[in-house]
Amino acid sequence: MPGDVYLDNAATSWPKPPGVLEAIKDFLAQAGGNTGRSGHHRSIASSRAVSLARERLADLLGVESPDELIFTKNATEGLNVAIYGLADGVAQIVTTSLEHNSVMRPLRDLEQRGRCAIEIVHADGNTGEIDVEEWTARLRAASPALAVATHASNVTGALLPIEALAAAAREAGVPLVVDASQSAGHVPLSLSALGAAAVAMPGHKGLLGPSGTGLLYFAPGVEPEPLMRGGTGSQSELEYQPGFLPDRYESGTLNAIGIAGLGAAAEYLADVGIDSVQERLTDLGRRFRDGLAGVDGLTVLGPADPADSVGIASLNVEGVPCATTARLLDDEWGVMTRAGLHCSPAAHRSLGTAPEGTVRFSWGNDTSDADIDVAIEAVRTIAARERSAEPLGTVA
Amino acid sequence: MSFYASEHAMRAERVLERADLQARLVPGPREVSPNCGVAVAFLWEQEPDVERALTESKVRFEAIHRYELDDSVSTAGTVVR
Repeated sequence: MPGDVYLDNAATSWPKPPGVLEAIKDFLAQAGGNTGRSGHHRSIASSRAVSLARERLADLLGVESPDELIFTKNATEGLNVAIYGLADGVAQIVTTSLEHNSVMRPLRDLEQRGRCAIEIVHADGNTGEIDVEEWTARLRAASPALAVATHASNVTGALLPIEALAAAAREAGVPLVVDASQSAGHVPLSLSALGAAAVAMPGHKGLLGPSGTGLLYFAPGVEPEPLMRGGTGSQSELEYQPGFLPDRYESGTLNAIGIAGLGAAAEYLADVGIDSVQERLTDLGRRFRDGLAGVDGLTVLGPADPADSVGIASLNVEGVPCATTARLLDDEWGVMTRAGLHCSPAAHRSLGTAPEGTVRFSWGNDTSDADIDVAIEAVRTIAARERSAEPLGTVA
Repeated sequence: MSFYASEHAMRAERVLERADLQARLVPGPREVSPNCGVAVAFLWEQEPDVERALTESKVRFEAIHRYELDDSVSTAGTVVR
């Protein structure tokens, strides 16, 4: 019987903390009204849940005023609001080769429409190292410009030197948009201190909330045009979008049920401590890498020291297509991974793994040592079987 | 006290509760503010403390209105801030 080893936390985290389910049940039973729309007690209960979640998340992420934290449906929405809003009047956008399509597609769209040129600074695909001097030089040469960088590669988990990239952008006077999709909840963040113009992240990955939740941070004074306009429950007498936060960017009914769950997840993470989560992810990464050391025909990508990454490792077994490896892992051992390009074709080109991609393993704070050991044994078996030329798919 | 956004009213309620100031959310009377569905009612005697607590916590509010209650019948509010 295959097991149940979830190693796809970079796609979405599982399991969620027990408080998330409780918060969602409580919301449906005790609240259930529309946030910020009415004066009755179920609407007020809904507004309270959303506001408390915003406060907890602001505390967790080092955001000075909760107003600066906008609820979105995912990181992609936040990145689109930030990129399209801040690209207005910009001639060049500087970015890295490790970006996910949630960044690349908006950028290529802007380029295709002739609105701006895209400059890509190539990161070392394996270690994630980026030449800060080259980044700085590109920013200084580009004007007026916008910069976009991921905090961690979703393919290898490699952390980029985001503080240095942000400092260079600040010195060059270029607003920086950060994609914190893989780092939020895995690495301590202090968004107000970072100095980026905008930071977007999902609520359902490292932050351990339900899907359909995301966050967008705008630094004080950064208030680009919203992508959507509509009902906010405020200034109902006006047919124009409110200018104040967070309503300026929160048109339409919020996913209050999901946000209530995300607020409970933030409380859990504050109790556990993101420092402690990062240590656990690093320990699991070391266990995984050590367990696969010396296996013939195996290429493991990403930083050699898991402390420089966020709980992700990508690999390929020589001679076995990555989709086959992923299928065998799930069919025979119940190890759930993600194979392919992970919506990051540019990153895979950097790594030399395009167009086939890799098998990505991504663990979380609740992943056990035994889970990692099952994955190690499974990968070792697949590699050994391939080398002994046994037919693929043979039951172990 | 009226607010631009309901988010600010909710935060005001929490801030005042943590400061041990008596306050409660009330449906915002139309003449007070059409901006959001709720307002915060507090005792006039505590007005300086309320304003200080909200300012320190950077909670935005729209205006403070004073109501005179006479045998539970309120007069129209007067904007005082």
